[in-house]
Amino acid sequence: MGKLTIGCFSSLVGSMTLDFAVKLAEAARKKGHDVDMWLSGNGTMLSKKGQRSFKDYSSLEKTITDLVAGGANVTACEACAEARGFHKEDLISGFGRKSMDWYLASCFSADRVLHIGGE
Amino acid sequence: MSIKKMAFIVDKMPYKSETSRLALTHAIASQTVEIHLEDGENVEPVLAFIGAGVLNCLKNQKASEVYGVTTLESHIQNALLTDIKVLICEEDVKKYGLTEDQIIMDAEELGADITSELVPFSTIMSEMESSDHILFF
Repeated sequence: MGKLTIGCFSSLVGSMTLDFAVKLAEAARKKGHDVDMWLSGNGTMLSKKGQRSFKDYSSLEKTITDLVAGGANVTACEACAEARGFHKEDLISGFGRKSMDWYLASCFSADRVLHIGGE
Repeated sequence: MSIKKMAFIVDKMPYKSETSRLALTHAIASQTVEIHLEDGENVEPVLAFIGAGVLNCLKNQKASEVYGVTTLESHIQNALLTDIKVLICEEDVKKYGLTEDQIIMDAEELGADITSELVPFSTIMSEMESSDHILFF
């Protein structure tokens, strides 16, 4: 089995790009691959707890929390989060917060990198 | 000894969104990636500007005065200072009616030893082909 690193830079609300990334991560985990997800820029908001579900918007908190419980590694950019007023105590349990070099190190050891840019 | 080459390709214009800034900050983060790696492992970054991305490379940016944020010019100079290879697509520079003297070609005042390179797109393609991973911003 391989390792997939997915970099996500898109908004949690306002585009369906993160939904695609999370579905891809789920599929990879189901096939037994290791998955690292890096959340940067607006993508960091995916790692914030307390997301309220509305039918008009996709809701990813439960899916991503289950993914982490199942062994996926989800890590958010600390600087991007702090710049958005989103602090360590707001992070979903089990998620990581690191600097950007963590993403590059994850890419280093990945068999494939899928970098999904922002808006 | 294991080095992995990563190409950071920027085709977004500056300031309209955060994207090109994130490309630069992630590329510069390669300077500290070793703390997460084993001895002898490292990342070799290549930063390339194509399409509207070449507009990030304009000299005399005023974002500090206008927006109160660091300029992408200063980030490009920091990339040069840290010996990151910076490539700028010459066809796209011409397409935007720009000339070399309008483009950030060095960071001499910071003490950088290397300069940006205006290169044909084919050179950037070759860099991508020889990279282990491509991060497209």
